[in-house]
Amino acid sequence: MMDTTLEEGHVQWQEAVIERIERQTERVKSFFLRPQTWRSFRAGQHLDVRLTAPDGYQAQRSYSVASPPEFEGLYELVVERLEDGEVSPFLHDVAEVGDAIEIRGPIGGHFAWGPEDGGPLLLVGGGSGVAPLMSIVRHRAAVSRDVAVVLLQAARTWDNVIFREELIGRDAAEANFTLLLSLSRDTAHRPQDYGRRIDASLLNISLARLGTAPRLTFACGSNAFVEAVTGYLLDLGSDPKTIRTERFGG
Amino acid sequence: MATRGFTGKTSPADYADRIPPGQSRTDGFPVLSAGPTPRVSLGDWSFTLKIGPRPVMRWTWEELTALPQTKMTRDIHCVTKWSKLNTPWRGVLIDDILAEAGLTSLPDYTLAHSFDGYSTNVPTADLIGGKAMVATHYEGQPLTPAHGGPARLLVPHLYFWKSAKWINALQFLERDEAGFWELRGYHIYGDPWREQRYRGDQ
Ligand SMILES: Cc1cc2nc3c(=O)[nH]c(=O)nc-3n(C[C@H](O)[C@H](O)[C@H](O)COP(=O)(O)OP(=O)(O)OC[C@H]3O[C@@H](n4cnc5c(N)ncnc54)[C@H](O)[C@@H]3O)c2cc1C
Repeated sequence: MMDTTLEEGHVQWQEAVIERIERQTERVKSFFLRPQTWRSFRAGQHLDVRLTAPDGYQAQRSYSVASPPEFEGLYELVVERLEDGEVSPFLHDVAEVGDAIEIRGPIGGHFAWGPEDGGPLLLVGGGSGVAPLMSIVRHRAAVSRDVAVVLLQAARTWDNVIFREELIGRDAAEANFTLLLSLSRDTAHRPQDYGRRIDASLLNISLARLGTAPRLTFACGSNAFVEAVTGYLLDLGSDPKTIRTERFGG
Repeated sequence: MATRGFTGKTSPADYADRIPPGQSRTDGFPVLSAGPTPRVSLGDWSFTLKIGPRPVMRWTWEELTALPQTKMTRDIHCVTKWSKLNTPWRGVLIDDILAEAGLTSLPDYTLAHSFDGYSTNVPTADLIGGKAMVATHYEGQPLTPAHGGPARLLVPHLYFWKSAKWINALQFLERDEAGFWELRGYHIYGDPWREQRYRGDQ
């Protein structure tokens, strides 16, 4: 499979203006970037962000696009603030609406979904790992509502659930979309949620919700999270060739 | 373009010349893989050399690890922006594997294959002359599955996706053939010092 959405322009650096900043949770904010040249993309792809100090020193990081390709002109990034980090605390504490930062992309041809890939889909996200999954959830709602999706999202507490209101709204409104929350340090706030960490039985329940084996599973979050989730999935007999992972670090 | 308010947490000056552009030094050892970590037992493990479609020689785990052992301490650079200095590896040099197979003149291109179906392309010249190995140990310990164990390719002078985890074959080819990430938008060669991250870079 060639990555057909990639043309030369995708790898050129360009300026993007921060148009809006929204608080998601205590440690997570959404940044809405308006680039000079907006390019369409596959849901799940990421941008590279580059910051330059007055002495010329540059730092780069990758952030997944959480908005769908239907959201023309803007890219939404969901950034978790890491205490000792270089780039995420800058974005949280220093960057303001109206500032310009450099970006390139969207890039990445593997952790991506389009209607041609079909379904059903199992999406498993830990913390800010929900960002690329959100793009898939939103894109699917826009283009192929018949594709069944279960999103199993892990967070510490109810208040740490990124995109909580939008996802609960979609869960109620979209027939083929199911949200299951796994709260490691909280009790379940909805009957279908769980007050514990993701384990094999939670994944089994998510698979059962889909009815048939997912055509693709997307797992995203810290490395430890993705290792644990994919380990359980292999134990449950999932085909490794259908599992795609994105590891944010840690 | 300077970014308003950004000063950066610059690494100590004595390391600066070892960190390629756009990279940041880390003391951790992050992981990047396209899918789940495959479960490979040493009993099922094997490593094959191929020229085109033709297998030339095959080693079991005992046979491969009986070849001369070499230690290599190198800086490594991942395309997801982290670099790690002085990483200590042990394994078998590609030179020693080729010598064992009695191969001297080889096609110019190589595709490395892995147990999970992953592949990555590297020019043959970048694998020989002491530049690369099949690594089985990291920091004196058997390589863990998440980091590519039982064995991974180590080509430390290229971005780390070229150092294929869970390696099971090297295939020599007359023509350059793109591997897994190279087919998905990443650079065909991947020199961190020229910042060749994505197709279209330089
Ligand atoms: C393809 C891709 C997509 C990504 N998408 C997103 C995204 O949508 N949202 C998002 O918030 N991040 C995302 N990341 C992670 C992001 O690129 C940065 O690594 C992260 O923001 C930390 O950067 P920093 O400069 O703040 O911290 P750094 O200065 O790089 O690191 C600070 C310290 O935290 C450690 N660390 C790094 N990452 C983590 C982690 N995830 N958990 C715990 N410790 C960590 C480091 O080892 C280091 O010790 C993505 C990464 C990749 C590779």
